[in-house]
Amino acid sequence: MSLFKAHYNLEKKSIWLVIGIIAAASVGGLVEIAPLFTIDQTVETTPDMRVYTPLELAGRNIYIREGCYACHSQMIRTLRDEVERYGPYSLAAESQYDHPMLWGSKRTGPDIARLGGKYSDEWHAAHLNNPRDVVPSSIMPAYSWLAETGLDVSDLGAHLAALRALGVPYTDAMIENASTDALAQATPDSDAASGVAERYGETTNMRRFSSRKTVTELDALISYLQILGQMTQTAYTAEPKEVE
Amino acid sequence: MIAQLSRTERQWAAVLAILLALLGLTMAIAARQGPMAVHGFMALALGVGLFIAVGSVLEKPQPATSRLAQYYDDPTKVGIALAMAWGLFAMGIGLWVAALMVWPDATFGHAWMSYGRIRPVHTTGVIFAFGGNALIATSFHVMQRTSRTRLADQLSPWFVLVGYNLFLVWSVTGYMMGVTQSKEYAEPEWYADIWLVVVWVAYLVLYLRTLARRAEPHIYVANWYYLAFIVVVAVLHIVNGFALPVSFAGAKSYTVFSGVQDAMVQWWYGHNAVAFFMTSGFLGMLYYYLPVRSQRPIYSYRLSILSFWGITFFYLWVGSHHLHYTALPHWVQTLGMTFSIMLLVPSWASAGNAIATLNGAWGRVRDDATLRFMFVAAVFYGLSTFEGSFMAIRPVNALSHYTDWTVGHVHSGALGWLAMVTFGAFYSTVPLIWGRKAMYSAQLIEWHFWLALAGLLTYVFSLWNAGITQGLMWRTYNAAGTLNYSFIESIDAMRPYYIARFLGGVLFLAGICVGAVNIWLTVRGVRGQAPDRPLALQGAE
Ligand code: HEC
Ligand code: HEM
Repeated sequence: MSLFKAHYNLEKKSIWLVIGIIAAASVGGLVEIAPLFTIDQTVETTPDMRVYTPLELAGRNIYIREGCYACHSQMIRTLRDEVERYGPYSLAAESQYDHPMLWGSKRTGPDIARLGGKYSDEWHAAHLNNPRDVVPSSIMPAYSWLAETGLDVSDLGAHLAALRALGVPYTDAMIENASTDALAQATPDSDAASGVAERYGETTNMRRFSSRKTVTELDALISYLQILGQMTQTAYTAEPKEVE
Repeated sequence: MIAQLSRTERQWAAVLAILLALLGLTMAIAARQGPMAVHGFMALALGVGLFIAVGSVLEKPQPATSRLAQYYDDPTKVGIALAMAWGLFAMGIGLWVAALMVWPDATFGHAWMSYGRIRPVHTTGVIFAFGGNALIATSFHVMQRTSRTRLADQLSPWFVLVGYNLFLVWSVTGYMMGVTQSKEYAEPEWYADIWLVVVWVAYLVLYLRTLARRAEPHIYVANWYYLAFIVVVAVLHIVNGFALPVSFAGAKSYTVFSGVQDAMVQWWYGHNAVAFFMTSGFLGMLYYYLPVRSQRPIYSYRLSILSFWGITFFYLWVGSHHLHYTALPHWVQTLGMTFSIMLLVPSWASAGNAIATLNGAWGRVRDDATLRFMFVAAVFYGLSTFEGSFMAIRPVNALSHYTDWTVGHVHSGALGWLAMVTFGAFYSTVPLIWGRKAMYSAQLIEWHFWLALAGLLTYVFSLWNAGITQGLMWRTYNAAGTLNYSFIESIDAMRPYYIARFLGGVLFLAGICVGAVNIWLTVRGVRGQAPDRPLALQGAE
C-alpha cells in the first residue's frame, strides 16, 4: 500500500517525523479550545458579577496553597441529584475571574461551590481547627496553624495588578488600597472600613471572621469560603435548563 | 564518571555549573526570603557542588578514545538509580497519603505534612520523578541501541538528567512549602516551569542529534514514541504553563486562562500528560524491551504505524471527558466522548501488537519474571484504556466522576502499566549496562512480581468498589423522593476500602523495595562479570 510506503520513507527523516507529530497533535486542541475564546455564549453575561476583595483573594490563595482542591470540587454538574444536594448547577460565568479555576476532580469531601452562607464563621473556625470536633467521623485534615499565622497583606496590590493585567476588572483605587482594604474588611470598626464598602459594594461581608485580635490566615480563608457561590446571583435567578 | 568527559566537555561542564550557581544566586538575592530563595540556594549549592566535582578532574588526562567505540551508558545508570530512589520515596509518600484517609490526624498539626500538600508530592513523585527518570534513562539506552550509534555527546545527557531532577526537587519541596499553581499534574510555579522548558529543549536536541548519527536507515518505532513523548509534552507544558508572576522576586503567579477556558486547557494538558508522558513514552519502552527480552520481532509493523498515528492524533481531542456535565459547552463534551471511544482502537492495536509479539514465547513468559512484568503491563494497558473509554461515556462518567473509581482507574494504569513495564525494562537493562551476566537473583524478581501484582489487584479492586459505592450512594433516592444518604455517610462507607487500599500499597511498596535491593546487589557485582558489548556487534533490534 502506498501509504505504508510513504511512511517507510518518513521513518528515515527525523525532522519530518517531528513535524508530522506536531501537526497530528495540534488539531484536536485547536478545534476544541480556540472557539471557547471566541464563541460568546460560552460564558453567560452576568451584570451583577463582582470581583474578589483582597482579603477573599488572599483566602483563595491559602485554599490553593493548602491543596483543599484535592478533596473539594467547586463544580456542580447538571445532574438532578447534584442540584438537589448542593444547589443550582454551576455556570461558566461564576468562575470567569478565577485564575486558575478550582473546579476540582475528586470529592473526598463535598462540593463547596455554594458554600457561602451555609455555616457561621464560628463553625468554619472550629471545623478548620479540627474537623472532628464538629463532624466526628470526618477525614478532613486539621488546619490549626491558620489561626496562628498572621495574614501577609504587604503585596496584595501587586496581586490585584497582575489579575487586572489578565482581565479582571480591578480599579486603580482597589489596587492602591489593597493592603489596607484586606485588613479593614476583617476589622469593621476601623476607619478604613468605609473604603472597602465604597470600592467593593455595600453587600461585602464586613466583619471579624474569627475571634483573633489580629487578622490571620484563618480570617482570610473563611472570608473566601463565605462568598463561594455568591459572586453573582445569576445561577439562582436564571431559568434553569434541564437537568439529567 | 566525570573523568570520562573529554577536556572540552569538562570545561563546558564547569561553565554550566557556574551559570547554574549564578542563576541560583540571582533567585536567592531577588527573592530574599520565602520558597523562591530556598530554591535559589538549592541551585546555588548544586552549581557549586558540580563545579567542585568537575574542577577536581579538570586537568586529568583525556579519557581513552576507545570509549567512542562503545555505547555511553553512564547517564542511563544514574537515571535508573534516580528512578528507583524517587520511586521508593514517592510510593512511600503515597502510602502515607493513603494512611491519612484512614487516620486523618497523622499530620500532627504540621502544615508541610498535610494531605493537600503531600498529595501532589506523591503524584509528581511517581509520574514525573519515578516515571520521568525511567523514561529518560531508558530512552538514552534505546536510542543508542536502535540507532547503533553513541550518544551525540557526553555532556548534554548530564545536563538533561541533572536539570530535570533539579526541577523535580524544586517541585516537591515547593509543594511542601505551599508553592503550587494548583493545576493538576502541572503544579510547579513559573520559574520551575521555565527551567523545565530549557531542560526539555536540550533533551529534544540531544535526541535528534543522536538520531542524526544513526547507522540504521530507519528510525525504529520505539523512537517515534519517545519523540512524540518529548515533542508533545513540550507543547502541552508550554501552553498550559502560561502564567503571569505577581513579581519576578516571588513564587506566586496567576494562570493566564480563567474559568471554563482554564478548565479546558488544564484537561487538554492533563489528559495528554496521561497520553504522552504516561502512554507514548512507555510504549517506546515496551516496543524495545519486549521484543528484545522475548527474542521475537514485533508482531506487526503496519499495526504499529496505525496505532502510533492514531494515538498521536486522537488523544488530543479527549481532554474534555474530564468535564462532562460541567459548565463546559456541550459540543466540546460530545467531541471528547466520541474521540475517547475511537481512541480505544489504536490503544488496543498497541496492546494487541505487544501481546501478539509474545505468541510463540509463552514458555518464556512463564519462566522469566522480567518478561512477565512486561506482559502484565501490556495487559493492564489494554484494560485501563478500555476502562478509560468506558468512563468517558457521559452517563458512565456521571457516576464515576469525582469518586474513587477515577483513582482506581489511574492506578490500574499507573501501577499495572507504567510501573510494571518500567520494572521489566530495568531488569533487562541493569545487568547489561553494568556488565553482569544476569540480575543478582531471579528469585527476588519473582518475589517482586507477585508482590506488585497482589498489591495492584488489591488496590484497584478496593477502589473500584469504593468509587461505585460512593457514586451510587450520592444518587440514591428513598421512597419519599429525597436523597437517601448524607455526604458523611458515604465517607463512613469508604473506610474498609481505604484500609484495603492502604494494604495494597504496602504490598506494592514492599515489591519495589525487593527490586531496589536486587538492583543494588547486581550493581555491586556480587555475581560474575560479563564483557561489555562494543558498538558494532550490537544488532539493531
Ligand atoms: C483529605 C481531604 C480533604 C482536604 C484536603 C480538605 N477537606 Fe474539607 N472536607 C473533607 C471531608 C471528608 C469533609 C466532610 C466532613 C466534614 O464536614 O468535615 C469536608 C468538609 C468541608 C467543609 C464543609 C462542607 C459542607 O458543606 O458541609 C468545608 C467548608 C471544608 N471541608 C473546607 C475545606 C478547606 C477550606 C480545606 C483546605 C484548607 C479543606 N476542606 C481540605 C475532606 C477534605
Ligand atoms: C484510551 C485510553 C484512556 C481513556 C479514554 C481514559 C479516560 C479517562 C477518564 C474518562 C478519566 C476520568 C476523568 C474524570 O471523570 O475526572 C481518566 C482519568 C485519568 N486517567 Fe485515564 N484513560 C485512558 C487511559 C489511561 C492510562 C493508560 C493511564 C495511565 C496511567 C491513565 C491515567 C489517568 C489519570 C492520571 C487520570 C486523572 C485522574 C484525575 O486526577 O482526575 N488513563 N481517564
